[in-house]
Amino acid sequence: MQLHEFQSKALFRKSGMVTPQGVVVRDKSDIPAALDEMSLPLVVKAQIHAGGRGKAGAIKLAKTREEAEAYSNEILGMNVKTKQTGDAGLDVHIIYLEEATSIASELYLSLLTDRTCAAPVLIASKMGGMDIEETAETDPDALLKLVIDIDRGITPYQCREVHYFWTDGTFPLKETAAILDALWKTYIDNDATMVEINPVAVTTDNTLIALDAKMTTDDNAHYRHKDWEGLRIASDENPAEVRANEVGLNYIKLEGGSIGCLVNGAGLAMATMDVISLYGAQAANFLDVGGGATTENVTEAFRILLDDPDVKVILVNIFGGIMKCDVIAEGILAASKTVNLSIPLVVRLEGTNVEAGMKLIEESDLTCDIAKSLSEAAKMAVKNVEA
Amino acid sequence: MSILVDETTRVVCQGVTGRAGAFHTRQCIDYGTNFVAGVTPGKGGMEAEGLPVYDSVKESVAKHDANTSMIFVPPFAAADAIEEAAAAGIKLIVCITEHIPQIDMIRATETVSHYGARLIGPNCPGLTTSEVCKIGILPGYIHKKGNVGIVSRSGTLTYEAIWQTTLLDLGQSSCVGIGGDPIHGIGFIECLELFEQDDQTEGIIMIGEIGGSDEEAAADWIKANGTKPVVSFIAGQTAPPGRRMGHAGAIISGSSGTAAGKVVALEAAGVTCCKSPSDMGQRMHDVLNS
Repeated sequence: MQLHEFQSKALFRKSGMVTPQGVVVRDKSDIPAALDEMSLPLVVKAQIHAGGRGKAGAIKLAKTREEAEAYSNEILGMNVKTKQTGDAGLDVHIIYLEEATSIASELYLSLLTDRTCAAPVLIASKMGGMDIEETAETDPDALLKLVIDIDRGITPYQCREVHYFWTDGTFPLKETAAILDALWKTYIDNDATMVEINPVAVTTDNTLIALDAKMTTDDNAHYRHKDWEGLRIASDENPAEVRANEVGLNYIKLEGGSIGCLVNGAGLAMATMDVISLYGAQAANFLDVGGGATTENVTEAFRILLDDPDVKVILVNIFGGIMKCDVIAEGILAASKTVNLSIPLVVRLEGTNVEAGMKLIEESDLTCDIAKSLSEAAKMAVKNVEA
Repeated sequence: MSILVDETTRVVCQGVTGRAGAFHTRQCIDYGTNFVAGVTPGKGGMEAEGLPVYDSVKESVAKHDANTSMIFVPPFAAADAIEEAAAAGIKLIVCITEHIPQIDMIRATETVSHYGARLIGPNCPGLTTSEVCKIGILPGYIHKKGNVGIVSRSGTLTYEAIWQTTLLDLGQSSCVGIGGDPIHGIGFIECLELFEQDDQTEGIIMIGEIGGSDEEAAADWIKANGTKPVVSFIAGQTAPPGRRMGHAGAIISGSSGTAAGKVVALEAAGVTCCKSPSDMGQRMHDVLNS
């Protein structure tokens, strides 16, 4: 799960990290009361899942109460378009008001689970506030990368290595030690896969403070963090995706597509989207029913596809391994009985219990096109869209 | 010949008394795989699918000389099961379970390498040596003994490749699903090395997907060491950036991990890349007969 800045900072503080004082505002009527608690100058920050907020006018420094009120009202509710949001942009439902920090310089710090090393990797840079991917390409020597032992955390010598890489003595070692200690605690205590502080501010008092915060937690560890439920924000989520998630389906709505896909396996689900595109149409969604789906799950998957007004044709593509074809067939038939299947359906079944699955469909009164291969299924679906 | 598993493979199933564990152990036994025992802590002394059940992997190794494990254990206990198998002296650990926390997997992969074992998965379909040995959830009937080696990050796309090569009468030597998680056991390069050394394998199908840089690393390896033809498909050409496509590892972040970048790297290494996953078998057939 991707966390907002204000959520990440709350977890940072729990781990002992220093962050500026801040207040969360979700409703314009709460702005005056929030400002009463704050001292000036302050920064108004849109809470959206995208970088490049500053350039897009979604972060603004207010020197007076009037400015603070004006910027808060402007940013809360605005639509933000950045390189990372796509053309539709993102609506701002939450703002974070934060007391301004007097900054001497900016650094970069992150800790993430690295797939190549199969270990946490710490990345530090002297160039704070910059896009780290850009720094990696243009000036790789400006980055320090350290592989961290999962059971030991950041060791004292690694801490000194970061410190002497960052500074020739403007701020003391204990500042670096404190932020690294809190960074590690945040990562390990919260089952994070990525924690990024960009920038870390070196204040004019020579202390280190987390100015921005980005964090992703490991969905697989959800079961041991019951408190995460409270971190989910309804306005960030597509309602159909939430509904799918609740019944264990992996669903992502795709803009501009017309073929609703129901597939087992993430790879095959992506490949199905790819093949549809190859034949000239677009998938309306990614949907992996997973290996443990029941008849009820498949029925719900059907309902989700049928509720999407963009979907003109449904393509079922199953290559059963752990997923059994007869379970899928039962789901299709159950769904067709409970919902009005008013659009064309293309079915391709192969794999575990395929004969039982095909028999169920053939002996029913369901109208559908049966395909023998993935490419045939995609062709049939595209043809149905065009017709 | 074949890679990783053959007639001498002696398998124990961890989680044999669970529903999925029992079903797939039965399927594997029916395929001809030599299962020697099952393990479920607390259920030692029982019998499941005709196999004796033990409380520990250690006991199954001591009594039946098991050398390979197939894991069907729930996610919260699966990383521990991997470590138990490695510590008990199991040399090949195949973990089917998905949704294991990444931090647990970091520890488990360290333990596996400490004991010198090999891990396949997690979140994978397992592996087969066609018509000889099947460990995992791959449907048995789609296989046919032959000369194509298959390695894949995606389970269901592995089945596609197997089925296509069977229909075209090429058949397979061995098929390995390495799994869709970012922290996993053996990868493309180790499988490519094994296929290179295997006499039965004449061509290799390698199926990748968006996210990470394993395909790019494999391309470098092929360029430097590959002698056998490789056909590839990369899933996720139309996937939007920043969205996790099911597998925890399948995500385009920034400019890295895109399908286009992977295809460029593979083609530069002389790999035949398919635009459609339906073409994998045919392209392999064409390459082998050219």
